[in-house]
Amino acid sequence: MTTLTPVLTANWDRPDSFTLDGYGDYAAARKALTMDPDAVIQAVKDSGLRGRGGAGFPTGMKWGFIPQGDGKPHYLVVNADESEPGTCKDIPLMMANPHSLVEGVIITSYAIRASHAFIYVRGEVLHVIRRLRAAVAEAYERGLLGKNIFGSGFDLELVVHSGAGAYICGEETALLDSLEGYRGQPRLKPPFPAVAGLYASPTVVNNVESVASVPSIIANGAEWFASMGTEKSKGFGIFSLSGHVTRPGQYEAPLGITLRELLDMAGGIRAGHRLKFWTPGGSSTPIFTDEHLDVPLDFESVGAKGSMLGTRALQIFDETTCVVRAVLRWTEFYAHESCGKCTPCREGTYWLKQVLKRLEKGQGSEEDLTTITDIADNILGRSFCALGDGATSPIHSSVKLFRDEYLKHFEIGGCPFDHAPSTVWGTA
Amino acid sequence: MSHEEGAVVGATYPPEVRERLERDAKEIIGRYPKPRSALLPLLHLVQSEDGYVSDAGHEFCAEMLGLSKAEVVGVSTFYTMYKRRPMGEYHVGVCINTLCAVMGGDQIWDELSEHVGVGHDETTPDGKVSLERLECNAACDFAPVMMVNWEFFDNQTPDSAKQLVDDLRDGKDVTPTRGPKRLCTFKEASRVLAGLSDGLAGEGPSAAGASLEGLKVAKANGWKAPEAP
Repeated sequence: MTTLTPVLTANWDRPDSFTLDGYGDYAAARKALTMDPDAVIQAVKDSGLRGRGGAGFPTGMKWGFIPQGDGKPHYLVVNADESEPGTCKDIPLMMANPHSLVEGVIITSYAIRASHAFIYVRGEVLHVIRRLRAAVAEAYERGLLGKNIFGSGFDLELVVHSGAGAYICGEETALLDSLEGYRGQPRLKPPFPAVAGLYASPTVVNNVESVASVPSIIANGAEWFASMGTEKSKGFGIFSLSGHVTRPGQYEAPLGITLRELLDMAGGIRAGHRLKFWTPGGSSTPIFTDEHLDVPLDFESVGAKGSMLGTRALQIFDETTCVVRAVLRWTEFYAHESCGKCTPCREGTYWLKQVLKRLEKGQGSEEDLTTITDIADNILGRSFCALGDGATSPIHSSVKLFRDEYLKHFEIGGCPFDHAPSTVWGTA
Repeated sequence: MSHEEGAVVGATYPPEVRERLERDAKEIIGRYPKPRSALLPLLHLVQSEDGYVSDAGHEFCAEMLGLSKAEVVGVSTFYTMYKRRPMGEYHVGVCINTLCAVMGGDQIWDELSEHVGVGHDETTPDGKVSLERLECNAACDFAPVMMVNWEFFDNQTPDSAKQLVDDLRDGKDVTPTRGPKRLCTFKEASRVLAGLSDGLAGEGPSAAGASLEGLKVAKANGWKAPEAP
C-alpha cells in the first residue's frame, strides 16, 4: 500500500507556516551556494525530478540546456499561472508555504546563473499574491535575496508579477510575452526559451511545485527523492481531489499511487454514489472511468492507458453527472480562452461549442459525433501550443467511452439527467 | 454618462492624481529590466484609480512607457481582469467551469443573477456590486467557489451567495474564507495586483478546510516522507 509523504504540505497546519519562522532557515539554499552550480544541476538530474506543471519534462535536463559563458543575462521565470480546470495545488502551496518556492528560486537561479527571477502568478488570487510578496520581502530583509547572498558573491533579484486573467499565459512562451508587456500569445518553437526566452535571453520556465521541490532534494539528497515514486516518475507530488468525493483536498504522495488508494484516504466517493468518470490531470487530459482505478498515477502508466498525468488534478464525477454537459462546459472554456492566434484552435473550439450545445439540448444527430471528432482531429497537432490539443482530449475520450450517452440525448430529445442531484446540496 | 464605454475620450488625470500615480508607476517600472514589462502592473494601477481601465488610464500607461495608446489598448483588451466599464465596489465572481458548475455553481449563478438583477460583467445601479461568470479559479477542492474582489469564498450555496451579496450591499462586514479579516474594495485589490503592499499578508489562515485533508490523514496514520539519510 502506498502511503502519503507530506514534504511541501508538511507545515501547512502551522498558523505561521507562511513566515520564515514557520518555514526554516534556508539551509538548503545555504548548502547549494557552497556547491558548484553544475553540481546543483547534476543533483536535480540525479533525483529524477520531472516538471510538475503537466508536461513532465526532466527539470535538471531543462536547466542543463541553458548555454553557459554566453555573456547574456539568464532568467528564471516561475510559472504560477495555475489555471487548468481541476488544478488547485500551486495556489494553496503558495498561500501556506511561499518560502519553499522562494528558497527553490534561489537554488535554481544559482544553478542556471541567473541574477534576476520572476514569479508570474495569476491575478485572480489576491491573498496568494500578498503572501508571496511578504515572503519575498522577508527574504530580502534577512539577506536571503539581494546582493551577496550568504556571503557567496551571488546576487539575485526576485519580482512577483501578477497576471490579468488569461489561461493561455500558463503556456510558457505566452507567459513570457505577457511578462514582456504584450498580449499573451504563444511563440513558435524553436527557439526554445532556454536559448531565446525572456528578452530573447536564455530562460528557464518552471512550475511552482517543481521549483519548490528543489530545496528538499538539495537538503536530503537525490537518492532520498528518488527513493519515492516509480522507476521513471520519481519523487512525491501533490494530488488534488475534487468533485464527488467525501473529503476533497490536497494529498501529497509518491508518484505511482492509484486513485483507489487516494479515494480510500479521502473517504471514498460521496455516500450512496459511485464513480462514473474522472480526469487524471486536469481537463486537458483524456477522461478515465472506474476501469482505471488501479492505474498507477505516474507519467508512463497513465500515458499507456491513453491519458496523461498532467497536474494530478483528479476531478471526480459520480453517476449523477452528464458527460455531455461536462464536455460542453470544458469546450466553452477552451473557446473562451483560445488566444486566437492559430486558426484551427480559434475556429475549431468555436464550432465544437456550437455543435456540443446542440447535442446537449438533444437537437443533434449521430452525424454530429463524426463532426466533433473531425473538428477535434483538425485541431490536434495543428496549433502552436497545447491549448488546442487540450481542447480535443475531452471530446475524443468522451465520444469513445460514452457514445451511448451522446446518442441518448437525441433519442429522447434532451438531456436524460436531472442536474440537481449532482450538486453538493442535491439529494439523489 | 461617464459609465458608458468610451464615453470620456481624451480625458487626463487632475495634476495631484497624476503626480501620485506617477510616483507609484516609477517605483513599479524600476523593478523590471525593461520598462514595458511593467505594463500589466500599470494597468492594474490605473484600474485601482478608476475601478476600470479608463481612457485616461490607457493614456497614462502609454505615456509612462513610451508606447502608443493603441499598443496599450491592444494589451488591455486581451486580459479579462481589465474592465472596460466601472465595476462594482465589490466584484463578485461565480465559478461556472465544469466542476464547480456540476457541484452547484450553475444554480448559484442563476439564483444570484436573478436576485441581484444584473448579468455577466454588469454592475448594479448603486455601483456596489458587479457580477462575473468565472472560469476555474484553482480552488476546485472547495467547490462551488465564489470570489469577491479576488478573495476566496469557498463552499458556497445559493443561499450563502445571496446572503453574501446582501451583506455587501448593506455595508456589513464580510470575511473571505481564506484571506484577510476585512474584505478590501475592488480598487484596493487592484492596487495590490499592481504590486503595492496593503500589509494584510499576515491575516487569515495558512491553509484551511480541504487544503489540510491530506495532511490530517497522514498525521492520523503516522505517515511521513522517508527520513533524510
